[in-house]
Amino acid sequence: MSNDADVLQIQDLQTSFFVDDGEVKAVDGVSLDIPKGKTVGIVGESGSGKSITSMSVMRLIRNPGRIKGGSIHYNGEDLLQKTEKQMQKIRGNKISMIFQEPMTSLNPVYTIGQQISEVIQIHQGLSKKDALSKSVEMLELVGIPSPKDRVKQYPHELSGGMRQRVMIAIALACNPELLIADEPTTALDVTIQAQILDLINELRRSLGMSVILITHDLGVVAETCDYVAVMYAGKVVEYADVHTLFKEPKHPYTVGLMNSLPRHDMDQDELNVIEGNVPKPGEMPEGCRFAPRCPFASDICTNELPDLMETEDGNQVRCWIYSEKWDGDPEVNVKNDYQTARSQ
Amino acid sequence: MLVFTIRRIIQAIPVIFGVSILVFLMMHLVPGDPAQVIAGEAASQQTIDQIRERLGLNDPIPMQYLQFVTNAIQGDIGTSIRTGQPVADEVFSRFWVTLELTVYSMILSTFIGLIAGIISAVRHYTVTDVVVMIIALFGLSMPNFWLGLMLIQFFSINLGIFPVSGWGTPEQIVLPVIALGTAGAAIIARMTRSSMLEVIGQDYIRTARAKGVKERIVIYKHALKNAMIPVVTVIGLEFGTLLTGAVLTETVFSINGLGRFVVESITARDFPAVQGSVLVIALIFILVNLLVDLSYRFLNKRIDLN
Amino acid sequence: MAETTIKEPAAKKPANPHIENAKNIFKRLKKNKAAMAGGILILFFILVAVIGPYFVPYTAAEQNVLNKLQGPSAEHWFGTDQLGRDIFSRIVHGMSITLYIGFFSVFIAAIFGVIIGIVAGYYGGKIDTILMRLMDVLLAFPGILLALAVVTILGASLNNVILAVAVFSVPAFARIVRGSTLAVKELEYIDAVRALGAGDSRIIFRHILPNVFSPIIVQATLRIATAILTAAGLSFLGLGAQPPKPEWGAMLSDGRNYIFEAGHVALFPGLAIVIVVLAFNIFGDGLRDALDPKMKS
Repeated sequence: MSNDADVLQIQDLQTSFFVDDGEVKAVDGVSLDIPKGKTVGIVGESGSGKSITSMSVMRLIRNPGRIKGGSIHYNGEDLLQKTEKQMQKIRGNKISMIFQEPMTSLNPVYTIGQQISEVIQIHQGLSKKDALSKSVEMLELVGIPSPKDRVKQYPHELSGGMRQRVMIAIALACNPELLIADEPTTALDVTIQAQILDLINELRRSLGMSVILITHDLGVVAETCDYVAVMYAGKVVEYADVHTLFKEPKHPYTVGLMNSLPRHDMDQDELNVIEGNVPKPGEMPEGCRFAPRCPFASDICTNELPDLMETEDGNQVRCWIYSEKWDGDPEVNVKNDYQTARSQ
Repeated sequence: MLVFTIRRIIQAIPVIFGVSILVFLMMHLVPGDPAQVIAGEAASQQTIDQIRERLGLNDPIPMQYLQFVTNAIQGDIGTSIRTGQPVADEVFSRFWVTLELTVYSMILSTFIGLIAGIISAVRHYTVTDVVVMIIALFGLSMPNFWLGLMLIQFFSINLGIFPVSGWGTPEQIVLPVIALGTAGAAIIARMTRSSMLEVIGQDYIRTARAKGVKERIVIYKHALKNAMIPVVTVIGLEFGTLLTGAVLTETVFSINGLGRFVVESITARDFPAVQGSVLVIALIFILVNLLVDLSYRFLNKRIDLN
Repeated sequence: MAETTIKEPAAKKPANPHIENAKNIFKRLKKNKAAMAGGILILFFILVAVIGPYFVPYTAAEQNVLNKLQGPSAEHWFGTDQLGRDIFSRIVHGMSITLYIGFFSVFIAAIFGVIIGIVAGYYGGKIDTILMRLMDVLLAFPGILLALAVVTILGASLNNVILAVAVFSVPAFARIVRGSTLAVKELEYIDAVRALGAGDSRIIFRHILPNVFSPIIVQATLRIATAILTAAGLSFLGLGAQPPKPEWGAMLSDGRNYIFEAGHVALFPGLAIVIVVLAFNIFGDGLRDALDPKMKS
């Protein structure tokens, strides 16, 4: 099943946290392919396991968390079989990551230059001096004015948007094949958000890398992604290319997410939030995990967990409505009937 | 930094002023006539009058205080009733022993405390962490004088490795320093651990790991430098605790230091000697705190304090 | 401009937040096994202090000079001291003294510390400056030094030791309470309460005191441990409880004189101090973890 077109293939990934109350399955059997040179969005509410998935790819899950099973193939090699030492050579070099909190993601006691240089020195073995001049280049690349002065500054002297640019400079300093961006714009002002997303997109094209963009914001997905995985309670519930997803969303949860976006083309009195909450780890429903919040839920939904099924257009959805075993209304159209079903 | 230093020194002045008033008042707060108290129960009226005259106890209190401060600034902190020697001489002849004891104990507790704290934090969620923290709790809960006695019993009496008492030779130094330094080591270990754990949970540590930095370097370069900032304060405060903890350790090991001098003076109701020693210890402590604050600021100068 | 009115909370009576909070704290505390062990030990010690003296075979003063400095045996579990007194019995008798010193000195310190802290934090300005400078002056006497100074002035006795230890604990309470008071005072709802016409005393007693309660309890528990250690130290120096009182520090002082021939005389009173102090320390740690809002999530 190796595929040259994919830079990363996640198969049945399971990551759990072992706390006093027992095991919390944060990521429960996630499979996902990341095609070369493309941007794949992972969307979901907090607690859906999207960040843990990306941290698992980096093998940065810390105690009391543990990757329990599955495989993550990067260019044909399983990252989960690698030693910590081998992983250190990949992190920041082949696979890089930027985070949600630019204000706190840089070490306050080291200069910007030191922090960019570090990653270059580790992976490319450049001298301190060469690494520093490469750092200046990187700052220039990510659009930071007067980079020669900036390298001498400490993080607190920079704004949030600037710091996120620095994070991107660190992440891209070694020309990674894959960039994982975990909510890179959530903590930033709206205008800065667009700039950062544009920057990531532009650099992806010019450097030819792949991007995993983790977000809870469907608007960001629509603008930047080629493919989208929607996650709910530790599982992927829908995977589709971005056009199909927005035109023809299949999973009731996806539709719910879209309906909860503020619309400009309609006069709305209130936002259509999805009622209820993501199930708590100890209280996972037996059947489909979305069933308690799903307006279409029928008997089979509450009793049996559906598989991720291939649909006619080649995308994937984890919902009984699209299976032969569906025992509800056979004529149901999730997208069109969602509002009516919800109000009942 | 200069502005901060000056401001911080100015802040210390009212405290020094307050300390001097409090120490001065010690003798006047004693129930009864200070001259009578100093002279003792059996003294004749003549002796009492002499003492009153000599110590200027007939002057109004503010005048006496002024005299006290003027003398203190000139290095005269009274005359010991017991020995008849100037208290300043008595204090300084013993001070170096106490300072040595304190500094050695300080070094021991800092060294052990930092290592134990770092190990504990790095091995969080393991048996090592639990064991180290249990030992630290015991260290914190042990009276240093009792620990001293137990060390004497085991190492001096049973094994005969170290001498029972005294100060000066390397063998004599070992037990008192362990006795005095243990509690400090425990406190520093606990502080280092919690500070390290907090720092290790920070986003910039995750960034360092995501860069492919080796775990060892993540800990010692990225985490430790940040974690040390609050630990420095604790180490500074420990200095004062150790300095006065020496009172007990010196008694246990019969070390002729400042602490033992204070205790003997209290027992002998030698008020000028107690006053003088207390004043010197408090002033040293204020000075050490000042230095700690300045170094904290120095470590912190690159960090946005907002 | 729109007219704003602040209404009292709706008539629907919610569960008392303080009781709910206490329940949560207890739940978290129960999860912390070490803290529970510490708490149970403390209760056990209190029990020993109250009824223990009726169960031990000897009184604290019963001498038997023929049988002096004997090592532990079935007859004398912890051996006998230089006067042939049963050390185990004396330790049990001494429990009440130790707990009395610990609780009472911290209680006095807490009362004064809370008053000073709240007044300084709530009224601010000059009062704050003066009170806090005064606390700084007290804090300039490190460790046991302030207690030594107080004992020097008042003379050596058990009650003076309690006072001495209390004085030396006041600044810690005052600082913590002042900090919490300042934080609570800044909260917006205090402004709202004031706008409703609540006076200073109502704000202090209804809104500030309940909020500083948690840090006070944590501080008090940990302070009891320090107080017991300090008081034992003073007695060990001969500046506290006087013989023949079965105070553990004083017993240790006796033990020191006989350390060559009978080490157990110093061993057991010291162990008793360690265990009692340890219990308060782990209980205090557990309380802090359970009460610390930073740990809540």
